[in-house]
Amino acid sequence: MTLMTKFLGASAALALTAGAALADPALVYDLGGKFDKSFNEAAYNGAEAYAAETGGAYRDIELQSEAQREQALRRFAEAGFNPVVTTGFSMSTPIASVAADYPDTKFVTIDGFVNPDEHPNVLSILFSEHEGSYLVGMMAAMASESGTVGFVGGMDVPLIRKFACGYAQGVMAANPDATVIANMTGTTPAAWNDPVKGSELAKAQVSQGADVIYAAAGGTGLGVLQTAADEGILSVGVDSNQNHLHPGKVLTSMLKRVDVAVQEAMSAGADLETGVMVLGLAENGVGYALDENNEALVSEEMKAAVDAAREQIIAGEIAVHDYSSDDSCPVLNF
Amino acid sequence: MDKMPAWADAVLVPLISILLAAALSALVILAIGENPVDAFRLMVDGALMRSAGWGYTLYYTTNFIFTGLCVAVAFHAKMFNIGGEGQAMIGGLGVALVCLFIPFPHWSVGLLVATLAAGAFGALWALIPAYLQAKRGSHIVITTIMFNFIASAVLNYVLVNVLRPQGAMDPATAKFPEATRLPTFQDIFATAENPLFRGSPANVTFFLAVLACVAFWFLMWRTKLGYEIRAFGHSESAARYAGISPVRITIVAMLISGGLAGMMALNTTMGEAERLVMNATEGAGFIGIAVALMGRSHPVGIFLAALLFGFLYQGGAELALWTNIPRELITVIQALVILFTGALDNMVRMPLERIFLATRRRNG
Repeated sequence: MTLMTKFLGASAALALTAGAALADPALVYDLGGKFDKSFNEAAYNGAEAYAAETGGAYRDIELQSEAQREQALRRFAEAGFNPVVTTGFSMSTPIASVAADYPDTKFVTIDGFVNPDEHPNVLSILFSEHEGSYLVGMMAAMASESGTVGFVGGMDVPLIRKFACGYAQGVMAANPDATVIANMTGTTPAAWNDPVKGSELAKAQVSQGADVIYAAAGGTGLGVLQTAADEGILSVGVDSNQNHLHPGKVLTSMLKRVDVAVQEAMSAGADLETGVMVLGLAENGVGYALDENNEALVSEEMKAAVDAAREQIIAGEIAVHDYSSDDSCPVLNF
Repeated sequence: MDKMPAWADAVLVPLISILLAAALSALVILAIGENPVDAFRLMVDGALMRSAGWGYTLYYTTNFIFTGLCVAVAFHAKMFNIGGEGQAMIGGLGVALVCLFIPFPHWSVGLLVATLAAGAFGALWALIPAYLQAKRGSHIVITTIMFNFIASAVLNYVLVNVLRPQGAMDPATAKFPEATRLPTFQDIFATAENPLFRGSPANVTFFLAVLACVAFWFLMWRTKLGYEIRAFGHSESAARYAGISPVRITIVAMLISGGLAGMMALNTTMGEAERLVMNATEGAGFIGIAVALMGRSHPVGIFLAALLFGFLYQGGAELALWTNIPRELITVIQALVILFTGALDNMVRMPLERIFLATRRRNG
């Protein structure tokens, strides 16, 4: 009996603390884990920036199994966390099946897409990765001396083909005679975290004459950047600013501001506007990185050309083809 | 007789092992600056004090019962089937194929056909290692481990190139038709004023798993085949002398084992996700080994051990949700339980045996 009352007391205390957390935001990382030096870590940085700026608290969870996707969403929603932010396209299906049960909770899926007509309390944040990749593609073509540039993707999914296609278009725009070699690391989620394979692919591309390689491959990209630095060629980083990893060897990084998206979603709190949000060049959702580590590599001419192209894309004068719109790429065969 | 009583073997040894694992886990949690008592309370509260928590605990339990029985069948024939993971993956493929391509009128028909498909696919995947063991003497441990990798590669190929819907990012099939949706505990037990098991994935396959436990007991201890399997496991030469064909027993035992592993996929694929995802098995095939060891290859023991691991999985999820204990440490805690109950069994058993014998000698 005393044991029972103890347990009941414990659960009551827990319910109280859960109630005190009302309207704090929550963050669900995809299976890749919190500290992947790339996509999920960008989300973590955004959440930390939110906490630092507002003094607010947030809860986060690193998933361990498929069944936990829905569970984490439900438990956070039931405990009153709002909004519940998730990273990775794999979360869109669980959100679609959970969202209707918690109409007062706002769910955010970054990189995933949930139909806003069916689920009015979901915000899908998508990035125009093809536009940012176009800009770094131009820079790669201008920095290349051999006229051959490389691309190493992570898992072969439409999202990564979207990166590759935008990149190839940028390369062709700056140098119509250039050759683009594109390789994917694999077809399973393990391809996001295989730096050894990334290194092998980079070496193979170097032997085919590539002298600038763009890695859009999460943790795998670290191997690509390392090999490029070892072989004395240039590389292009992705998602976060990776220029500092090999100063003077990384031409630039294609920035995807997952951190900004997370921070803004958390700051908006329960008043978050839902629907579909596409963050492109105009919203500074994507872009290229310029800092003290790569300023010697980016010439005035290069910068002027890229900035002009950026303005033209924003103004609609240059249309960068989006691979995921029709599953095809005009300048690159996969 | 120099053995300890059966109750001590079946209850006391696992219990002491769990307590040792719990003590060590508490030290681990202390070492990272969290309170182990609070952590344990959170696990109990999240896994056992709410009906939705039970829903998750029983969902995991269902997986572990199937894989535990899978390993146990092979144990009885003195074989170590490490391939439950791969057999379950391929079983999942069978479930997905029938669910996607056969228009079922009702879930009960669907479940029946899917069970047969899962069992058949899993059994066929176990057939090749079984044949190699029986006819060629290739060690079953090695071949089944290798077949896990082959299964993962096959599933990967099929999901990415054949079954993935156009434009989808995930290596996963499309959602199964509505008619194949299995009733969850929520559908069965919840009423309007008492919403039990809300949103939890436990479903009718749990009863199928319990049924499998009963069938397992009947097969092993009440049929000729079960007798032959156990006889073969105790002594191959004696079995051969009694006219039992080693080839036949090896292959039949592995087929049953693989079939049980395949059926585990019903729960994750048809019951929970309602589509086949790449990582549907989530290591349950390996947990099955610990479950079978801890459950002494007896259905009652397997059921209880599966329940314990279900509790650890669901409790672990609760820890991940509400504390700052990193997920790697939660895996460490689960691993400690496996280590103590599975691998370090003799560390508890031998001193205990000595104590029992000493007291008996004194009394006698």
